[in-house]
Amino acid sequence: MKPTLGWAGRALAFGAPLLFSLPAFAQDAEPVLDTGDTAWMIVATVLVMAMIVPGLALFYGGLVRTKNMLSVLTQVTAVASLAMLMWVIFGYSMAFGDGGGAFMASFNKAFMAGITSDSLSGTIPEFVFVAFQMTFSAITAALVIGGIVERAKFSAVLIFVALWLPLVYYPLAHMVWAEGGLIFEWGALDFAGGTVVHINAGVSALVGAIILGKRIGYQKEIMAPHSLTMTLIGTGLLWVGWFGFNAGSALGASGGAGLALINTFVATAAAILFWMLTEKVLGHKPSLLGACSGAIAGLVAITPAAGNSGPMGAILLGVVAGVLCCIFVMTIKPKLGIDESLDAFGIHAVGGIIGSILTAVTMLPALGGPGGDDYVFGAQLIIQVQAVVVAIIWVTVGSAIAFTVAKLVTGLRVSEEVEREGLDLGEHGERAYNY
Amino acid sequence: MKLIIAIIKPFKLDPVREALSDIGVQGLTVTEVKGYGRQKGHTEVYRGAEYSVNMVPKLKLEIVVADDLAPRVVETISAAAATGSIGDGKIFTLDVGGAVRIRTGETNRTAL
Repeated sequence: MKPTLGWAGRALAFGAPLLFSLPAFAQDAEPVLDTGDTAWMIVATVLVMAMIVPGLALFYGGLVRTKNMLSVLTQVTAVASLAMLMWVIFGYSMAFGDGGGAFMASFNKAFMAGITSDSLSGTIPEFVFVAFQMTFSAITAALVIGGIVERAKFSAVLIFVALWLPLVYYPLAHMVWAEGGLIFEWGALDFAGGTVVHINAGVSALVGAIILGKRIGYQKEIMAPHSLTMTLIGTGLLWVGWFGFNAGSALGASGGAGLALINTFVATAAAILFWMLTEKVLGHKPSLLGACSGAIAGLVAITPAAGNSGPMGAILLGVVAGVLCCIFVMTIKPKLGIDESLDAFGIHAVGGIIGSILTAVTMLPALGGPGGDDYVFGAQLIIQVQAVVVAIIWVTVGSAIAFTVAKLVTGLRVSEEVEREGLDLGEHGERAYNY
Repeated sequence: MKLIIAIIKPFKLDPVREALSDIGVQGLTVTEVKGYGRQKGHTEVYRGAEYSVNMVPKLKLEIVVADDLAPRVVETISAAAATGSIGDGKIFTLDVGGAVRIRTGETNRTAL
């Protein structure tokens, strides 16, 4: 048996011979619409939407200073909107259109050409699949903002995203999830986007933080989060939405969705507790920000493994991600001196790398994973590492190009005066709070 | 008349207010303030970034009383606000030139 591939494998199977051991799809039968699958996937899609606005917006917004709150909310909302339009115009076609090679599909579905309300993707309407995928591209673009908040110009953020999506996101989504894609053909396991979403967003955020430079006063002035209450609300919305993200990646109301659901609970719970425990061991107090960070670390780490792990494997992943992300963020990052403001790299990229590589481990039947009798651990581990390395190189080069062009066009960074006064007034002419 | 300004720990407001009522103080004004003395603030850690917070939150009480009551007020606040640990606060006494109750037009002692 081939390892279970996420929704991408199955989704792309529409119209083509159906892959893998899915009893519902007989080899030669025409795919038919399943109302249960469709209902779940519409719910999953809007759950992922809730992760962006308000989830991620509040999570990130609470972490910045009062004077920059509104700019973060505005950036997340605008970036997600831009990504949605670009997705239906040409992004979907580049990633999941017909034909294509190792790095991108084609433009034959640009402007949603040929897709009607009767078109199917597996057992769900193709428009539902398009929308589900659209939310992934939107949240990934919005996640990158975490590395560059409190100093990037609004115009620069939009230009960066407009370039970064076709340079980085669409090709990577195609490479990892689409039939014919480079990493997909290796047989790499990425159930719900450990590589495409989290390593991608985290590495891009780091590249952006380096090109943009540190915030004025970094490591000298107080830059404490202005509202951890909102960060907790955002964390809760992200966790809830993540059930759509992970369990939705089964692309139907199935046993695989149920497995992803339970894994998304327990990996997160383990990472929360172990992040706080690590804080304690490092000589600090167990903090709410630690709990929120641990939640994201666990959610990120379980993403590639959501359907490729048993619940005990998921707990293991949560523990490892909670401990290692905490150590990275608390001790290694301050020494690097890179102002990657909200730890998009420290949590999404580090957690994503841990999750992607350890997916080879959690697949093991001995750990309760869904690997079959012919599952070869060593070979899979090499494939996972290879996928991570290729993704990191692709993302680094692509996002460096996108940030550099944005810098040439807009200057990238706000003036010192605006940075000190706050981006809320300087960039948007309004405040988050009037009291 | 004397103006007594007391900087105290926020959680000591209720005991101080009760003790002052017991000795016949009619009213006081409270302001949330920040500052530092020998206490020098504290440290907060957010994801590994340590911030030393130099300004500590305190409450400032302002009380105007007749000259003869002033020493008792100072004594009372001093007793009620004390914990014995660093950062308990300070009390200042100033002379007041005049007072008016706006509603009635009463002045000085009768206005208190």
